[in-house]
Amino acid sequence: MSIVEKAPLVRAGLGISAREWRTLLISAVILVAAALVPLVSEGYILQVMISIVMYAALATSWLLFSGPTNYIALSTAAFFGIGMYVTAAGIDLVPYPVLIIASGVAGAALAAVVGLATLRVAGVYFVIFSLGLAELVRQFMTWGQHVFGTMSGLYVSVDRSEPEYYWQLLLLTAVIFVVGWWIGRSRLGFALRIIGNDEIVAVHCGINTARAKVILFVISSTFASIIGALVAPRWGYVEPVVAFNPFLSFQVVIMALLGGTHRLWGPLLGVIPFTVMWELISIEFPDYTTLLLGACFLLIVYAIPNGFTGLMESAFNRRTKAGGATTGSVQRTLDVPAGAVTAELQPQKSSDA
Amino acid sequence: MDILIIGLLLGGTYALMAMGLQLQYGVARIMNLANGEVLIAGAFGAFWFFAGTHASPLWSLLFVVPLAFALNWAIYRVLIAPLVRRAKSQGKLDVDSILATFGLSFLFIGVMVAFFGAQYTDYSYLSEPIFIFGERYGLNRVVAFVASAIICIGLYLWLHKTRAGLALRAVSVNPSAAGLVSINVMRTSALAFALGGAVTAAGGVLLSMYLTFDASYGVVFTLKALIIVILGGVGDIRGTIIAAFILGLAETAVATLIDPGLTLAAAYILFMLVLLIRPEGLFGRRTA
Repeated sequence: MSIVEKAPLVRAGLGISAREWRTLLISAVILVAAALVPLVSEGYILQVMISIVMYAALATSWLLFSGPTNYIALSTAAFFGIGMYVTAAGIDLVPYPVLIIASGVAGAALAAVVGLATLRVAGVYFVIFSLGLAELVRQFMTWGQHVFGTMSGLYVSVDRSEPEYYWQLLLLTAVIFVVGWWIGRSRLGFALRIIGNDEIVAVHCGINTARAKVILFVISSTFASIIGALVAPRWGYVEPVVAFNPFLSFQVVIMALLGGTHRLWGPLLGVIPFTVMWELISIEFPDYTTLLLGACFLLIVYAIPNGFTGLMESAFNRRTKAGGATTGSVQRTLDVPAGAVTAELQPQKSSDA
Repeated sequence: MDILIIGLLLGGTYALMAMGLQLQYGVARIMNLANGEVLIAGAFGAFWFFAGTHASPLWSLLFVVPLAFALNWAIYRVLIAPLVRRAKSQGKLDVDSILATFGLSFLFIGVMVAFFGAQYTDYSYLSEPIFIFGERYGLNRVVAFVASAIICIGLYLWLHKTRAGLALRAVSVNPSAAGLVSINVMRTSALAFALGGAVTAAGGVLLSMYLTFDASYGVVFTLKALIIVILGGVGDIRGTIIAAFILGLAETAVATLIDPGLTLAAAYILFMLVLLIRPEGLFGRRTA
């Protein structure tokens, strides 16, 4: 008996299975619980919580594109920085909510240009391009400020309290999860998983691979820019070196890898322990943060390549196997991580594929 | 004229560092994102040597190059070889090696910050003028160019005139076919990777003679080297050298005519053009 057969066949409205309703319900409960945190705790705990939610949003939006496609995007800092800069530059001219939207649009535009140029050819070029993107945008910003004679740093002040930042980011995280869940169910998500497994097969299936990749990259980058816009007023002062810090791209990738990139909620599992550990490291060993993080990164790549979710799933699979049932040979022969096959089959109705 | 000569001098050193990456990516097939950090490590090696002895930093090549060779050999054996063995396809290996070397690059930055600090570093060696066609140029740039030309020519001759060089080129063309003619592909790849690291570090020593650098500056050089390799065509030494000169000229032109802060933008624009017009590189052959 395979795991696939165990899934409830009953489907409620909108083509959402009972099992998915349960997941949605659990997610909603977690969301409400998380939203209540500022009411009971404040100060340091709330600060750490804000970091956690910010990184959760960044890592999950990173995963939207890089998870299914296996294209490692190292450009989070570029889009995050753009969001910050759009906000900082326009704060005295237009209302803040407009700027949040403008940040998203700016990020989307840059992502579209980068995507159209690099995602049509081999994946390695995309990685290289994304690696230096933050530095490139930073150079342009610095140059622009030099030419227009503005100061290198900009002040951003918006009247927001700490809990309000927290709720904003939490809401955005929820939106990212819903979008990710919706993409996972859609034809687009299915196409991306095929691209991730074998791009040549995807092309032969008649998938417009370049279009699918560019769309997803734009969505993912738009979120990163919006997060930048949401965080900018909290930082108060924005300058190129801080806004386009390549370290951010690094942190986001490491957190997502730690959690596991095959599940939408994977990064969440990575973000929480990592942010806490990061807080400890930066307090205890402020001079060795880069060194220790590099070492952690290598440890994760070699010791737990599939992240926490990968560990959990292989443990789960071993248990079901030990229970006497022989799992279908499908899982063994296909070159996909354990559990991915079931993920592939479940949300898809046969007519979709 | 100014732009032409400075650009060519810069291109000479770029050629050296890109040759290093070319050996690593073109022969060993490892996309090494920590390449720039090896270069910066070489630069720090030269700085440390010069600060201690005040002898010519060129002498530091004597210990920087063997050290970089040994270090990169160890990296290949310990970190990369397991990835090569577990990889089922080149695409998978690319993803794995990108992640591993990306982590490695931050580890290197951390080590260098711990040893040398995070501040900008430079030293003044041979910063006296030399006159070429009546214009003045830094003597250190000319010396760096000559040294890098010597190393490049030596490497080229080694690759084309010796048996080991032939084995390297065979692996570069087709690793599985190279295995069939009893070339130890793993060993040859390790050699190419180590040699690439050594050449890159030598490039770092030469660059440090006229450039200001800091521990986290490596990524820019990784990027430039990658762009040169792609522009010249993967596995094509001749293309790499020409591409290095093109990048050197383009950067110098942008720095002189527009703004010195926009050199990376010049590199990116070149990169964009290559991707849009000739993704296989200047002299690369189109694969079916």
